Amino acid sequence: MAGTSDLTRLTIADAGAGLAAGDFSARELTQAHLDAMAAARDLNAYSAETPDQALAMADASDARRGQGDAQGPLDGIPLAIKDLFCTEGVLSTAGSHILDGFKPTYESTVTQQLWDAGAVMLGKTNMDEFAMGSANVTSHYGPCLNPWKAASGDAAGKDLVPGGSSGGSASAVAANIALGATGTDTGGSIRQPGSFCGIVGMKPTYGRCSRWGIIAFASSLDQAGPLTRTVRDGALMLGAMAGYDPKDSTSVDIPVPDYAAALTGDIRGLRVGIPAEYRMDGTPPEIEALWQQGRDWLRDAGAEIVDISLPHTKYALPTYYIVAPAEASSNLARYDGVRYGLRVEGEDIIDTYEKTRAAGFGPEVKRRIMIGTYVLSAGYYDAYYLQAQRVRTRIADDFRAAWDKCDVILTPTAPSAAFAIGEKMDDPIAMYLNDIFTVPASMAGLPAISVPAGLSADGLPLGLHLIGPAFAEETMLRAADVLETAAEFEGRQ
Amino acid sequence: MALDTDTVRRIARLARLHIPDADLEPLAGELSNIIGWVEQLAEVDTDGVAPMTSVVETTPHLRDDVVNDGGYPDRVLANAPDAEGEFFAVPKVIE
Repeated sequence: MAGTSDLTRLTIADAGAGLAAGDFSARELTQAHLDAMAAARDLNAYSAETPDQALAMADASDARRGQGDAQGPLDGIPLAIKDLFCTEGVLSTAGSHILDGFKPTYESTVTQQLWDAGAVMLGKTNMDEFAMGSANVTSHYGPCLNPWKAASGDAAGKDLVPGGSSGGSASAVAANIALGATGTDTGGSIRQPGSFCGIVGMKPTYGRCSRWGIIAFASSLDQAGPLTRTVRDGALMLGAMAGYDPKDSTSVDIPVPDYAAALTGDIRGLRVGIPAEYRMDGTPPEIEALWQQGRDWLRDAGAEIVDISLPHTKYALPTYYIVAPAEASSNLARYDGVRYGLRVEGEDIIDTYEKTRAAGFGPEVKRRIMIGTYVLSAGYYDAYYLQAQRVRTRIADDFRAAWDKCDVILTPTAPSAAFAIGEKMDDPIAMYLNDIFTVPASMAGLPAISVPAGLSADGLPLGLHLIGPAFAEETMLRAADVLETAAEFEGRQ
Repeated sequence: MALDTDTVRRIARLARLHIPDADLEPLAGELSNIIGWVEQLAEVDTDGVAPMTSVVETTPHLRDDVVNDGGYPDRVLANAPDAEGEFFAVPKVIE
């Protein structure tokens, strides 16, 4: 058997090979992770640990394998689950006080599919409250830390944010306390934390994974995806997470390909679009330089670099901040203190609703509920919400036109490296700008992936971002794999 | 457009959020900043552009019109802050 720390540093692909070869058991692999989790609690990456369940699932995996009945590449693989996924009998809070004590009596489709594939649940991960945030600082359970530290600069020595909203998932994978994790991405919540923590984060096409049992934020944007240390691991996880689900009418009924088989390393002739509008004022030169480096890597591998235009890029973020809060204000109406979670008794039923929601939601969630309620209210609906949905069509049309000229689009993932906890807290719009490069693909429902590609001058990870046409995850993953190979990014440990 | 405190109070009521009077003014400022920022969308020419209704072109399945779930009030009520018998319990809503 390999040493414990060696087991937590494996990729999913290598761990799967080790399990298949009998080098170690699922129980040993899981126990190594439970030990590492206990030693890394200062990160606050997990909001709930489920060691008993993990070991039981690992034993079941070992038993299956012993009978020659292993389920595939995820059987026996320990994973972390974002706390936005409902898990049967296990605390599921969305990082919110208002879901205090909520233990669902059902399992989300995506997590059920992972368990059906043999994966092991280590616990639930910390996140921004209701997935609203880009730094994991709005969680009721306190901030989660990025395992990376800046070697120099203003942030040197400080505790850094892991990004958000899937901050706990990204931190756990980067810190080797999970082999992979689920996340959800509404405007960048998988990709931006992936970039901040130096790991791979993939948002598949809207409709690729079922949203059933995922606590809803903005239903026309929310999509589940994997956070992993390699592109191949992301491909393996997505294969188990994706698929049509009769319980989610927006999930799409097309076959799930073998994503890992798409990683051929051959991108000769692939047309890579570079959108002029992503060159934005204020982007640090080192991020511009990394973007140029990414172009060079792909060109050297035989791709053709094509200049493209996505004219409505600058409007994607303000469009998002109408559409997402509008949908959130509707989705979060269900938290009324009656059916689950927190209740604060008032003088009458209305007072009970108002006091429960005032006590249960944090400031950012309240802000977005208020914005959403405002833009949907009588007299403002046309000017704000309807106009935003029209601009959203424009944004999607920009991408549609671009696919005539290119097969994938390359951009930076985020306009900065990870920043210190406490920064950007006074100015909501400064925080929102974290997602400036990730939101346009979300508005158009397109698959996108962040690949760790280099380090900032202060020694912090920076990601490059690939966007593909709808359901072209295989092409996107093939390019991401080539980028990953060329970048030779060294993980934290 | 700047939101005044009366508007914030009205929206809070619609959203069923209790906002203490002292918080109305600062919240009005924060929300006005965000609304002012999103108002740049007005400059986009959207004449003849249909509002997006579905981001992925797909034809949803129709399901059979049959009862295929339910019949377990104990599970439905399992997380209720207050329940009586097979019902959620709430403060009295009629005189």
